Amino acid sequence: MRRIYFDHGVTTPVHPLVAEEMYRCLKDNFGNPSSLHHFGNRARKAVEEAREKVAAAIGANPPEIVFTSGGTEANNMAIHGIAYTNQHRGNHIITTAVEHHSVINTVKALGKQGFTVTILPVDSYGMVRPEDVARAITDRTILISIIHANNEIGTVNPVAEIGRIAREKGVYFHTDACQSFGRLRVNVEELNVDLLTISGHKIHGPKGVGALYLRKGVRWRQTLFHGGAQERLRRAGTENVPGIVGLGKAAELAVSDLEARAAQLARVRDYAIKRILGSFKHVRLTGHPTARLPNHASFCFDFVEGESMLLSLDLKGIATSSGSACTSGSLEPSHVLLAIGLPPEVAHGSLCLTFGPENTEADVDYFVEVMGPILERLRAISPLDEETAYADRNECLSCRAADICRHH
Amino acid sequence: MYTDIVMEHFQNPRNVGEIPDADGVGQIGNPACGDITKVFIKVEDGVITDAKFKTFGCAAAIATSSIMTEMAKGKTVEEALRITHRHVAEALGGLPPKKMHCSNLAADALHAAIRDYQRRRGLPVPEERPSSGHHHEDHHGE
Ligand SMILES: Cc1ncc(COP(=O)(O)O)c(C=O)c1O
Ligand SMILES: [Zn+2]
Repeated sequence: MRRIYFDHGVTTPVHPLVAEEMYRCLKDNFGNPSSLHHFGNRARKAVEEAREKVAAAIGANPPEIVFTSGGTEANNMAIHGIAYTNQHRGNHIITTAVEHHSVINTVKALGKQGFTVTILPVDSYGMVRPEDVARAITDRTILISIIHANNEIGTVNPVAEIGRIAREKGVYFHTDACQSFGRLRVNVEELNVDLLTISGHKIHGPKGVGALYLRKGVRWRQTLFHGGAQERLRRAGTENVPGIVGLGKAAELAVSDLEARAAQLARVRDYAIKRILGSFKHVRLTGHPTARLPNHASFCFDFVEGESMLLSLDLKGIATSSGSACTSGSLEPSHVLLAIGLPPEVAHGSLCLTFGPENTEADVDYFVEVMGPILERLRAISPLDEETAYADRNECLSCRAADICRHH
Repeated sequence: MYTDIVMEHFQNPRNVGEIPDADGVGQIGNPACGDITKVFIKVEDGVITDAKFKTFGCAAAIATSSIMTEMAKGKTVEEALRITHRHVAEALGGLPPKKMHCSNLAADALHAAIRDYQRRRGLPVPEERPSSGHHHEDHHGE
């Protein structure tokens, strides 16, 4: 069967050159970087070379890079660390309604530990307004954390402008750049950030490794992990040497020839948006029409549910994702789609296509070809149509009995 | 994630559609919840002779609706009222715990259609008992 992978926002295939370097490391460089002997020194050298590559890729200095187990850990330790290290200065944290769970849940947890939290709304494209950020800052504000580019709707936030505001007010600014790094230019000076998160497996690197950029001089301490003195006391635990080596190589590749690669991705994206909006009825683009990731096309299809579209496409060999409740495992549709003001019934019909370098316009044509009959079939099964979709809001007994629907 | 039976019913659902002159119609769920099932039944001499459905929802919601209509056909209304979401899930070879919500819909929609039939005929309508109440703990997704 023809297999097409349109899910690069969720994870990417490992680049062959990355796999090769990791294999060499696993085979020939097993030492513990903390050891003082030859084997340790060789492993240490590999880690430091990777640190230089990651730093160079984002315009940082190598000592400002801390390796982590991925984007989730980097986000947790960035936010938690700033919060607890700056308690003497204030207790107010600002974030947005469209963050990744590793940010939103960390901030919410801090909200139960004596910190005050402001969750900023976004516009209907999912974009944060810099003036909202400025207005939310108080003399108790110690941290602003705002996602660079959103994983579900692709919208790119005006991070540089928000960073300027944060710096003027003397507030630390963190951005989650897991989706943008390797797809957009990500430079810590241009973006005016103090902390920045990246993840290996979103950039054709390995899973289970990421990095946190910590600007020199920022008051931050490790507050979550206790252990040895690795990563200059910033991240305890024996380094994931092959993973770090893979991240270093992936970061190097992520910025080489970036403009040309992004342009190619954007061509496929724009073709997909044009074909999908032009071929089907009752479908809308979600996220910003232009300020979006070059590889990201996301939609909501009316009257059909996301998971049933996703599984039908998978049966035809096409891999996608959906923010529908049933795929995410909770009964609420995605918090991002609700935050941009979509009614829940529309949010349930979301489908997200994220492209990679191997995808072509012909792949998009194949998608459109198989999607037509899938939509037709699912819409024929669905009791919803133009007339009933929005009128039909009667009680849901099952939901009420199980106390799981917050909409009643 | 799903059993072969679920995937088979999802791909080839039985009894999709509406019955224009149905003797009973029941609908459970609403668009906000992400799953809606609408069930139509024909009843002759107390026996369900035909059942059709329309469902907006995930693969589990479509498959449970499909198998529920098969289970209901040929049963007396009393027998059909005893079909629970557990029976529906078992008939599909099981469902992932997070999907039990979806199987509730099918059984509840069938029961709603039967109550509608009883009401129309002026028959005593048994007390409404959502089959999902005791499955509370399965539903906390996050
Ligand atoms: C925006 C964003 N932040 C954080 C993460 C988490 O990264 P990781 O999977 O490396 O923990 C992801 C990916 O899942 C993401 O898309
Ligand atoms: Zn469902």
